Amino acid sequence: MSARKAHIVGVGESAYARWGRIGDVTEHALACQSILRAVEDAGLSMDDVDGLASFAEDRNEAVFLAAELGLPRLRFGNMVWTPGGGGGCAAVSNAAMAVETGQAEVVVVYRSLCQGQFFRFGTGGIDASAPVDPAPPTVSQTDSMMISSVGTVMPYGLLMAAAAYALPTRRHMHLYGTTNEQLGSIAVTFREHASRNPRAVMGDRPMTIDDYLASPMIADPHRLFDCCLESDGACAVVVTTAERARDLAKRPVEILASEQGAPKGYAFGHFTNANIPDDLYATGGTEEMANRLWAKAGVGPADVDVAQIYDHFSGCVLLQLEDFGFCKRGEGGPFIESGALAWKGGSLPTNTHGGSLSEAYIHGLNHVVEGVRSLRDESTSPVDGAEVCLVTSAACVPSSALVLGRK
Amino acid sequence: MSERYFPNGMPAPMANTTMLPWWQAAAEHRLVVQQCGACGHTRFPPAPICPECRSDDAAWKDLPGGGEVFTYTIVHRPIAAEQELPYLIAVIALDDSGGLRMISNLVAVAPQDVTIGMRVEVVWEDMSDDLAIPRFRPAPN
Repeated sequence: MSARKAHIVGVGESAYARWGRIGDVTEHALACQSILRAVEDAGLSMDDVDGLASFAEDRNEAVFLAAELGLPRLRFGNMVWTPGGGGGCAAVSNAAMAVETGQAEVVVVYRSLCQGQFFRFGTGGIDASAPVDPAPPTVSQTDSMMISSVGTVMPYGLLMAAAAYALPTRRHMHLYGTTNEQLGSIAVTFREHASRNPRAVMGDRPMTIDDYLASPMIADPHRLFDCCLESDGACAVVVTTAERARDLAKRPVEILASEQGAPKGYAFGHFTNANIPDDLYATGGTEEMANRLWAKAGVGPADVDVAQIYDHFSGCVLLQLEDFGFCKRGEGGPFIESGALAWKGGSLPTNTHGGSLSEAYIHGLNHVVEGVRSLRDESTSPVDGAEVCLVTSAACVPSSALVLGRK
Repeated sequence: MSERYFPNGMPAPMANTTMLPWWQAAAEHRLVVQQCGACGHTRFPPAPICPECRSDDAAWKDLPGGGEVFTYTIVHRPIAAEQELPYLIAVIALDDSGGLRMISNLVAVAPQDVTIGMRVEVVWEDMSDDLAIPRFRPAPN
């Protein structure tokens, strides 16, 4: 192996809390806290850090963080274009590229999210209690392609991710007979995993399939418990070279492969794009990327011991299980029904931290953190002897994924 | 159509100069897509060049306004105050469009009666002199 092969050597996080519950510490300060903890976990000093990376829509600019953290120098400051939760693994991938090509020695990937301090996702910034503008509604002009794209769907009331990603999931149910109970099984399984995780926001809230079926409908087929949490918190992971990783505090985890991107014509994904091709519509859009990832890693789905799969919505987990080849297209429902995702007895223990459905919604960087812990025997739902872990970012948007390996 | 599907306070469209002609056609109750002048490929939403042949020669093609439901969701959470719930968002496969779809609403149909594959037709909701929103209702047999 090259002396510069990228490894993850440290992880850290702030406390996780429900949406709006962290108001006394700024989102920016929380980013600093998680970075300090990840660097300490690695046994490194802040003086060793020369790169910072995050992903789309991050409000916490690397240049300010570098100054506040007192980095001796910033050599690599990077943000991924893919939207929302699609870029978490890509940010790690970019950090890996930076250390492998010698552009930096130690890059910290971070995500901090305190929606309560800004605006709540899914509202479009609309305050339903505010007086309505009496002027006749008209088309407002924008220079932004992104806003123009969202502007094609907002007039139909499509503002919530829960509604946008219900569309491919409903199509999947139509094509393959996938059921609400199968979706519910995902949520119940991840909640059970969270019950052992002291960091999990929903760790003390057990859930049965009956609880799931009794939860209110948000955007059919998505019930409340199909939807990820809305959380305040931050986490970070430290990436450096094999050479540097050798003598650090914790067992390094190798980045066996990383991939990112989108299929042809995907744009922003299902949220605004009704014209995703027929054969990709009822998928997570990540199958081609998954095939590249497996080829690069030299392992396949059968070699995966534990998976951390981005779970913005339960249906998106199902779509990714098919995309990544854990079961055939259309067989995600029965695969889940078999208990495959369960920590105890499952063929593919998944989201051992509880995921975004039950640990916290930190745009999936917490899935990378758990991926590292699961290969260091530090998970609260440990998988004995796990050597290969798949970590994915969001489905139904341009996305990214990692294969991590135990050293 | 006189009755409003959503109360006032719902977001109005936002458009860049590429998108704006689509909304200007909508104000005239014309449902259109772009068609490449070089290769005939159709596209929606509007884009500056053809993704198939990269030509920037394009014209607006009028569609007949029929279609079928490709997928849908029944939304139970309000966006604006005093909004009637639930409401229906659907992806409509548009007739004679070269295989294009758009996101819109289904009106004049009960949520439990919606099926994938059902035939629908466009119905225009005039919001102001400058703005009409296309929604879809079940097509007569």
